[in-house]
Amino acid sequence: MRSGPRGGHFREQDVASHPLAETGNSFIRIEHVSKSFVGVNALTDVSFAIARGQAVNLVGENGSGKSTLIKILAGAETPDEGAITVDAEVHASLDPRQSVARGIQVIFQDFSLFPNLSVAENIAFSLELAEGRTLVRRRHMRATAERVLERIGVTIDLDIRVEKLSVADKQLVAIARALASEARLIIMDEPTTALTEREVRSLIAIIRRLKADGIAVLFVSHKLTEGLEVCEKVVVLRNGHLVADAPASEFDAGSLAYHMTGRRLAETAKPPLAKSSPAIMSVRGLSRAGVLREICFDLAHGEVLGIAGLLGSGRTELAKALFGLIEVDAGKLLVDGKRVPFGSVHTMIEAGIGYVPEDRLTEGLFLPQSISRNVTIGTIDSHAGRGGVLDRSGLRAQVSNWLARLNIATSDSEAAVQSLSGGNQQRVVLARWLAKRPKVLILNGPTVGVDVGSKTDIHAIIAELAASGLGIIVISDDIPEVLASCNRILVMKAGQIAEEIPGASIKETELARRLMS
Amino acid sequence: MPKINYKSNEFLVFLVIVAFVIVATASYPGFFSIPTLFDLLRNGIVIGIFAIGVLLVLISGGIDVSFTAVAVFALFTTTLTVKQLGLDLPWPLVFLVSVLIGMGLGLINAVFIAGFRLPTLIVTLGTLSALRGFLLTFVGSQLISNVPPSMQQFSRLVIVRGTNAQGFFYSLPWAFAFLVGVVVLTWFLLTRTLLGRNIFAIGGSLESARRIGINVRLTQVFVYAYVGGLAGLAGIIHASMARVANPFDLVGLELSVIAATVLGGARLSGGYGTITGTLLGVILIVMVNNSLILLGIPSTWQSVVIGALILLGTGLPSYQAKRAARKAG
Repeated sequence: MRSGPRGGHFREQDVASHPLAETGNSFIRIEHVSKSFVGVNALTDVSFAIARGQAVNLVGENGSGKSTLIKILAGAETPDEGAITVDAEVHASLDPRQSVARGIQVIFQDFSLFPNLSVAENIAFSLELAEGRTLVRRRHMRATAERVLERIGVTIDLDIRVEKLSVADKQLVAIARALASEARLIIMDEPTTALTEREVRSLIAIIRRLKADGIAVLFVSHKLTEGLEVCEKVVVLRNGHLVADAPASEFDAGSLAYHMTGRRLAETAKPPLAKSSPAIMSVRGLSRAGVLREICFDLAHGEVLGIAGLLGSGRTELAKALFGLIEVDAGKLLVDGKRVPFGSVHTMIEAGIGYVPEDRLTEGLFLPQSISRNVTIGTIDSHAGRGGVLDRSGLRAQVSNWLARLNIATSDSEAAVQSLSGGNQQRVVLARWLAKRPKVLILNGPTVGVDVGSKTDIHAIIAELAASGLGIIVISDDIPEVLASCNRILVMKAGQIAEEIPGASIKETELARRLMS
Repeated sequence: MPKINYKSNEFLVFLVIVAFVIVATASYPGFFSIPTLFDLLRNGIVIGIFAIGVLLVLISGGIDVSFTAVAVFALFTTTLTVKQLGLDLPWPLVFLVSVLIGMGLGLINAVFIAGFRLPTLIVTLGTLSALRGFLLTFVGSQLISNVPPSMQQFSRLVIVRGTNAQGFFYSLPWAFAFLVGVVVLTWFLLTRTLLGRNIFAIGGSLESARRIGINVRLTQVFVYAYVGGLAGLAGIIHASMARVANPFDLVGLELSVIAATVLGGARLSGGYGTITGTLLGVILIVMVNNSLILLGIPSTWQSVVIGALILLGTGLPSYQAKRAARKAG
């Protein structure tokens, strides 16, 4: 089941280039671990080692077995076969208490913090709990929190409630909590998903500090590039099999994507459209005090326009203004030659504008509701028959049509949207808008939290939609994505459009430099 | 010195109370007096003990509407048993029996909530109705108007009594000490013990609590048993002070109590709430319940005023938060 000659090659080389893994210096060894759920193999014969103070990047697409592996290490699942060796002690399986006692701490994607409690209490809670305290020792908890935050070189107000913190600070609190419980291996599940470029930088600096402190880090991600620079070693899972285990220096984004998906994904940059294409949307002099200044641009029929900018550049505010989610101070908007006033979502939808928000989980979908309800909610009025009774068979037909067109992998359109993977959730949001036949579609971070394979598919869908005549605006700070999907790129800085770059005329590193400068 | 947060619910409720006192005194000068204060304190005992229990449940992320049924079940069964057996138990023992019955009934809630993980509102709605029906069908529906002598004796115990310059009589019963005791005990539990912090933690995030190894079930069992015990205590105090055990009593009061707690800043979504806020909420509700009549406002208006207070007191802060969020883009 090793896929292709390169995968096998990597494994052989690993033994030679990584004496660490084979000596007594390794902290944890996962040996021939297999696990299946009701007949489906989640993990098959997976073996790798993590040394003290080593950072390992575990990559794989959604469903590759990453989460199962994390759960086994955390003691939440029992492997069917194989063993886990911690400090030369062999375990057939771990339970949560053993796992914590051995110094294994998992930082889940949602950080598992308590929004209603203070920073200090969040950091020290598990420690107090583990020590079996009856009474709260406030001063002691504060001291613990201070000590641990100092260890990672961070200052956060200890008395503030965690709900008031930014995502990046919440993550720091979660890391601090792991350290407070004497962690020796910190497993970070998708730690960079919600972070901006700058926050990712400081996270990487903290991982370096942890390593210097002798703490091992298992950096779990489906994003390709970030792990490479901070991790010594990369382990790739695909369909529950370990397909590569080698020093990070031997990978680049291309080879990683190949190992993860088993196919070569080549995305080429899009050339600009011909000058003659008529504009479908024109924005003139759009301003909002403090966030947007004199924004002017045109969007042509069939064009994919990228708006690239860092967090705080005004990119999200621009999207929200164009969809009427926030009010503006000045500006003119023409859609298909007709003047459209700002400030109301309803008017924007009437005018043919669709918006897929950045955080589709909280803003875009009704998670516990079924896929079909989510797809049809935007057009529910057009299915009302006489007396307002819904035409159910018409609705069903519409749903299956969109599921098929967008390749949404599901066996049951009545299943809850939250049961779908990130990529498929994003497609459901797209389906809902497309069902309304918009003229302009604004996609804010269309592939945030989506794995590589689905990412390419979503880019293909974007290209296809543009080809059918839609004007599409892609807002993103994911540079490869902007390059791969846009005909033209506007660089936003401090609420203004700083630069206009035709597609296929710029390299990734150059665009990154211009964004940051 | 504790900082005062001028945007908190507590402060808002405090302002409303001050405004109410000013308006009431302006239209009825005798309002601002010792007898009114002692009336307020006396009438706040039972609601106050209930509200502290509700606070605990709300913080843990649940809701309990069954406590009034638990209270009336406990008070009536206790009184009836003591009377029928002809025992001359001293009142502390009578109270203890009622508290234990309350705890036992609270454990029924706990079995469904912690054991079968059912939604708390559904479970307690069920037990509210079932307990009351069971009581009236199998235990008795006859009012007991001569309660055991020890309970009557308790009702005569007062901390202070006197007559003010206008000739109005006032007194504060010893039962008030129970409210103080419950407040102190619960404050200590919530802020100084790890168990109390566990209650906050499971209300903040049940999943996170499980992940860091908090025994969620045990914590929930404790919460519902504690609330049951408090309900049993409030019930027997209510019966002793009124010197009558009425099986039709108390049920119907639960929404006022929950309203008092929510007005004081406890969130129905769990994880938030303070004792100070709850007590302020209780003061406000009791004041509205007792004093509107003094001001010549018909008693049917009470529920209108309480409803309006809830809408304003809890709606205004959340509306402001929303506006701020929209302004910030």
